[in-house]
Amino acid sequence: MKRLRGAGRILGATVVAVLALAACASNNNPSSQDTGPITLTLATFNKFGYSDEMLAQYHKLHPNVTVVQNIAATSQAAQDNMFTKLAAGSGLGDVEAVEVDWLPKLKQYGNLFVDLSTSDTKSRWLDWKTQAATVNGKLIGAGTDIGPEAICYRSDAFAKAGLPSDPTGVAQLLNGDWNNYYAVGQRFAGANTGVAWFDSAGATFQGLANQHQNFFESNDGTVIATTNPDVKNAFVSVLNASAMSSAHLQEWSTDWNAGLANGAWATMLCPSWMLGVISGNGPKIKDWKIANVFPNGGGNWGGSYLTVPKQGKHTAAAKELALWLTAPEQQIAAFVTTGNYPSQVAAYANPALTGAKNPYFDNAPVGQIFADRAKAVKVTPYKGVKYAAIMQAVQDGLTRVESKKQSIDASWAQVVSDIKALG
Amino acid sequence: MTTSTLVAAKDLTRRGFGFRENFGRWDVKYSPYIFISPFFILFALVGVFPLLYTGWVSLHAWDLLGGEGEWTGFDNFAFVLQQRQFWVALRNTLSIFLISAVPQLIAATAIAAALDTNLRNRTFWRMSVLLPFVVMPVAVTLIFGSMFGERYGLVNRTLAEIGLGPIRWHTDPLASHIAIATMVNFRWTGYNALILLAGMQAIPRDLYEAATIDGATWLRRFFRITIPQLRPTIIFVIITATIGGLQIFDEPRLYDQNGLGGEDQQWMTMTIYLYKLGWTQLNFGRAAAVAWLLFLVIVAIGLINLVVTRRIATGDSPR
Repeated sequence: MKRLRGAGRILGATVVAVLALAACASNNNPSSQDTGPITLTLATFNKFGYSDEMLAQYHKLHPNVTVVQNIAATSQAAQDNMFTKLAAGSGLGDVEAVEVDWLPKLKQYGNLFVDLSTSDTKSRWLDWKTQAATVNGKLIGAGTDIGPEAICYRSDAFAKAGLPSDPTGVAQLLNGDWNNYYAVGQRFAGANTGVAWFDSAGATFQGLANQHQNFFESNDGTVIATTNPDVKNAFVSVLNASAMSSAHLQEWSTDWNAGLANGAWATMLCPSWMLGVISGNGPKIKDWKIANVFPNGGGNWGGSYLTVPKQGKHTAAAKELALWLTAPEQQIAAFVTTGNYPSQVAAYANPALTGAKNPYFDNAPVGQIFADRAKAVKVTPYKGVKYAAIMQAVQDGLTRVESKKQSIDASWAQVVSDIKALG
Repeated sequence: MTTSTLVAAKDLTRRGFGFRENFGRWDVKYSPYIFISPFFILFALVGVFPLLYTGWVSLHAWDLLGGEGEWTGFDNFAFVLQQRQFWVALRNTLSIFLISAVPQLIAATAIAAALDTNLRNRTFWRMSVLLPFVVMPVAVTLIFGSMFGERYGLVNRTLAEIGLGPIRWHTDPLASHIAIATMVNFRWTGYNALILLAGMQAIPRDLYEAATIDGATWLRRFFRITIPQLRPTIIFVIITATIGGLQIFDEPRLYDQNGLGGEDQQWMTMTIYLYKLGWTQLNFGRAAAVAWLLFLVIVAIGLINLVVTRRIATGDSPR
């Protein structure tokens, strides 16, 4: 009975998890002094920019090591896979990629990961990048990229609406706070170009959320999302703007992807890794450009880490691989491939990075733009254990209003009760 | 010395005889149980043990990775039962189950009846019915998921072509249930049709011949002979469809990009709720409580099924 399998899988996973929980306690790791030929699995998601050539190069440097990369479709899929297999006590890759938003959940179980710090990792990354992955002095994640945000926009739509359409002009136009961004959106909407101003309230909310030090949780982990006036203000103001300006397409949905391919909106928040998403989805759209500006200063959205779970067989070799991949040279190569902006301090002075241009975005000097955008980031948001779950509840609330299921007030009330139910 | 040896030898022989005798008796008495025991041992191992263990987990604060916490009694059950999301999940599960099972069985019976007639290339038609079943559920869901896209999906575009308004497949609860039920039906109708077809072919042909001679129409023969004769098969199909339908997971999980049942939990089923509690919130205790409640729901509906179908079965053809 194939249909039973979905549930059967859960039951199976439950059994496995339960058995594994018992086994976990006595899980000791073979110290790997490997010299024989070994294969390491590298599990990533979306686009990390680790090309086959790069992995082949590693094989050349370490002839006994072959690297196989498994790529999950989304960060969510990678997250589910991670927790299921951590609970099972086996099955994870030797090197596993983790996104910053669900890293805090993993930090509770720091003892399941190998300490990646060595003498030369001390000052490799931006301070806050290292801090976010450190548990009791142990470095569980080696930073890959960060997500400094710019604004991407479609110049044809801007010209049609009578707005400046060159990157400098747009940067001046949008220089200001979020209300300015919304107000320009109103002007744009008034021109009836048939295109929305931004994709969704949810995506825009991410930009706001990442500009606060303690948005959902205070530093001791207490949930303040339901009482913090900043959260409700952001919620309400995004939705007020959304009524006129949004394409109402929930981020990452099939319709959103199709909307991106069809050019359904004129601007979007653009963390560096979004460049690959836009060019990948909209090969037919020729007028995307990047403005070196972001509402309310700077912001960082996302960015990832590589971790080495202790359950792996070759943890020492895996650690070496993780540190090699997150060295400045490799991350610069990844930036050139997919746009993921390095988190390594030494990379920022490298001409290969600062001189980089992106042909899809009208040869925008992306190396320079994102260096500026990274400098503009002033706040490192605190993200605790419940951050990802709270964000999901708020995003659901935004979508409920955008899909016209609920009023802003009713939706907020449900957000509050959903967040309380997480406790 | 000698006496004791004698006694011992006598003892031995008696025991030897006795053993052989006993063995013969045991063989007859118990070996059938030994032959069927693998199933029950397996069942105890992968059925009963996890069930009881899940019960144990549900009575504790239990972290997916951290493991057993303190004993909390029925707190997890009390918490879950007070959640709006739990009741929404129950509603969705039952609704998707009804919307999928009922049309599916009707369609499967109709298809089986059509296949039961004298068709050319019979095997070809029968195999084609099973074709959707072979396709991976993940692939099915991805294709259907994009077909049911609200703005750019194929279904709504087609509706717009013929002048009908778009249906909000991902927003409206009922519409999303229908969309998910469509995927389930796509996969399972053919499978059930084949089972029903096998049942139909076991019906003695002389019944039909006699009815035809008596002048019964095709429709009358179908409802008066085929359906009543098919009852045991129908009961089997209904029970398996109930168990499977209430545990539905793959289709709603893959219906959108988040896999958590929609922003208003429009299509969040019980298994998705369980998954969300256990794997996203890492609260294994609450997930276990939901698992037990789902088990009870299935048992309850199973009992209702049994009573109803038994009444039908003994209705006008006593066995």
